[in-house]
Amino acid sequence: MTDGTTDPLTRPLPAPTPRPRFEAGFLTPYAFIGPALVVMAAGLLYPVVMAFYLSFYDWQIGLELEDAPFVGLTNFGRMLVDHQVWEVLWVTIRFGFWTITIEMTLGIALALLLEKPIRGASVFRTIFILPLMVSPVVVGLIWRYLFDARVGWINYYAGAWFGIEPQIWLGDPQLAFFAIVFVDIWQWTPFIFIIVLAGLQALPSEVVEASTIDGATWWQQILFVKLPMIRSILVIALLMRLIDVFRGLEVMLIMTGGGPGRSTELLSLHIYNRAFETQQLGYASAISVLLILIVFGMSAAILLLANPMRERSDV
Amino acid sequence: MSGVQLAHIRKSYGSVEVIPDLSLDIAEGEFVVLVGPSGCGKSTTLRMIAGLEKVSSGQIAIAGRDVTWTRPKERDIAMVFQSYALYPHMNVAENMSFALRLAGTPKAEVQDRVHRAADMLELTPYLDRKPKDLSGGQRQRVAMGRSIVRDAYVFLFDEPLSNLDAKLRASMRTELALLHQRLDRTMIYVTHDQIEAMTMADRIVIMDGGRIQQVGTPKAVYNDPVNTFVATFIGSPAMTLVPADLSEEGGRVVARGDGFALPLPDRLKAAARRAASRGVTLGLRPEHFAATPRGQDDAPVHLDVKVAEYIGSSQYLAARMGSHDITAAVEVGPEADRLTAGTYHFDTQRLYLFDRRTGDSLTRAG
Ligand SMILES: Nc1ncnc2c1ncn2[C@@H]1O[C@H](COP(=O)(O)OP(=O)(O)OP(=O)(O)O)[C@@H](O)[C@H]1O
Ligand SMILES: [Mg+2]
Repeated sequence: MTDGTTDPLTRPLPAPTPRPRFEAGFLTPYAFIGPALVVMAAGLLYPVVMAFYLSFYDWQIGLELEDAPFVGLTNFGRMLVDHQVWEVLWVTIRFGFWTITIEMTLGIALALLLEKPIRGASVFRTIFILPLMVSPVVVGLIWRYLFDARVGWINYYAGAWFGIEPQIWLGDPQLAFFAIVFVDIWQWTPFIFIIVLAGLQALPSEVVEASTIDGATWWQQILFVKLPMIRSILVIALLMRLIDVFRGLEVMLIMTGGGPGRSTELLSLHIYNRAFETQQLGYASAISVLLILIVFGMSAAILLLANPMRERSDV
Repeated sequence: MSGVQLAHIRKSYGSVEVIPDLSLDIAEGEFVVLVGPSGCGKSTTLRMIAGLEKVSSGQIAIAGRDVTWTRPKERDIAMVFQSYALYPHMNVAENMSFALRLAGTPKAEVQDRVHRAADMLELTPYLDRKPKDLSGGQRQRVAMGRSIVRDAYVFLFDEPLSNLDAKLRASMRTELALLHQRLDRTMIYVTHDQIEAMTMADRIVIMDGGRIQQVGTPKAVYNDPVNTFVATFIGSPAMTLVPADLSEEGGRVVARGDGFALPLPDRLKAAARRAASRGVTLGLRPEHFAATPRGQDDAPVHLDVKVAEYIGSSQYLAARMGSHDITAAVEVGPEADRLTAGTYHFDTQRLYLFDRRTGDSLTRAG
């Protein structure tokens, strides 16, 4: 019996074991993410490093890399005064602004509307996400024919239903820009829709009900409870779309090739054209570096400002 | 007419009828506890009062106004959920003031009410914290505070204490009782814990299978349960039920069974005579056993003690009486050693008598 006044440890203790230098199993997480890290380093880092490296050389196709002359920052200097680069950058920004604004708005709105189990919602959901499953090359092909001035369905139905004169959609700078924005929205709104929907459905129902009791209207509930609670999902979705705007080029390549003029030429497509049409690999790499810096800067800014992990909570 | 009235409420989900027909009249300012086993329809009933669930048929009135088809915000209610349901992206002050801000309450008044509620619940140091940085008990108090600042006509609670540890739960029970005194509002409280029900309620509503079994004060449902369900549900440790046969012996009615012969008090004579032919179920509450005889109403029974649990001033016995497993709670003082088999004494004035077939009480005063 011990009563606090006597030392309770009167019996001898066994010899103590040394304190472990590392917690048992501290290597385990690294063992799991290690292989993935290696693959990512090879798959992601290598091209980035190569782009940096090549941007200091004047490397043309047909030339061995070893024979390409080192030109220092010449490629970057050239880029600064290259009005084509600034032009396609502006096209990219406009494209990104319109597509992302509309995709986010539409995707969130649709998710909010179809969140409740109403009749036919699941069918609609399935049909609606089909565009997501089509590869960009096929998307480009499909829409190129749909927008075709002579045989395209769009001219046909625009005329038959709305009495709109046939347009040479992909031959007019403004219409072509509209067309690629439209197609991007067609393909990627479902992406926003589906992840926002998943987020909404994972919301704890009692919290939403609490706001109903607190007197929030449908609209206030969305604005003050639901959207803030899926904020991290929205930020990630926005980030992924932003990165894609600077990355994707297949649809434009096939639908318009960037034309007419440079009206639909996005930065990534421009790089592609520089590299494989005009064969200036070194210069194209320098523009890639610009692209990487833009994407990296944007991502960092968004993650810092909107830190999607901050609101994580088990409440 | 005021308070909360439920008239012939029916609720079914598709073909599943959860509540067949429920009527209940709750007076203004009353603290009513709905209690019953899991799945008996307590939450469903509460959610229908809140307007989170629509009734299949029937009528609900709050403060003398028909609210059967009105939305929650128009019912003048506040609700505390089992999961607390705090807004994770708002701090404590924002959580508590959300409803007021939505209602367009002047800023100064919002501040004032939040501070008063925080004061009452000892949450003032935490007003700037997010829910995830609070302990379970603190979150629970925030949920409480969120409903207090509303100053609603009815407060609804759905098992608000079930996620707390035993000690905290006991102190929150006291807090809630105090809160009810202070606010003087109608409160409807759902729990499956009969101790919570007994300690806090003005009236207890005992439900089973979507039906109300009994409505009454804690004293009434304890002393005068309508049937074996209520009798065994209320009281801790639970009442033991044993089958018995009645016979007349020298002017007294004696209930005999395997291992016991208990003379019935005069109060039960008439009821016993009416039921004698059908056979009865005897109800023995654990706390009515004693180690030594206390008076002429005590009858000796032999208990074969299997386990004696030392609680302090009393001991809980898991014992056999004849072939029946029974529980006894025997007050022997904190100095007593663990009790063993022997003769114990049961206060026959405290016997309960039920119809063996229907389980309905035969001893009810009414
Ligand atoms: N959406 C639903 N669809 C079908 N059945 C339901 C639904 N919601 C509840 N039920 C059923 O209704 C019955 C009552 O549920 P309720 O949640 O009211 O029980 P409870 O008394 O609150 O139980 P607990 O103590 O476990 O919370 C249960 O049998 C449950 O299965
Ligand atoms: Mg429940």
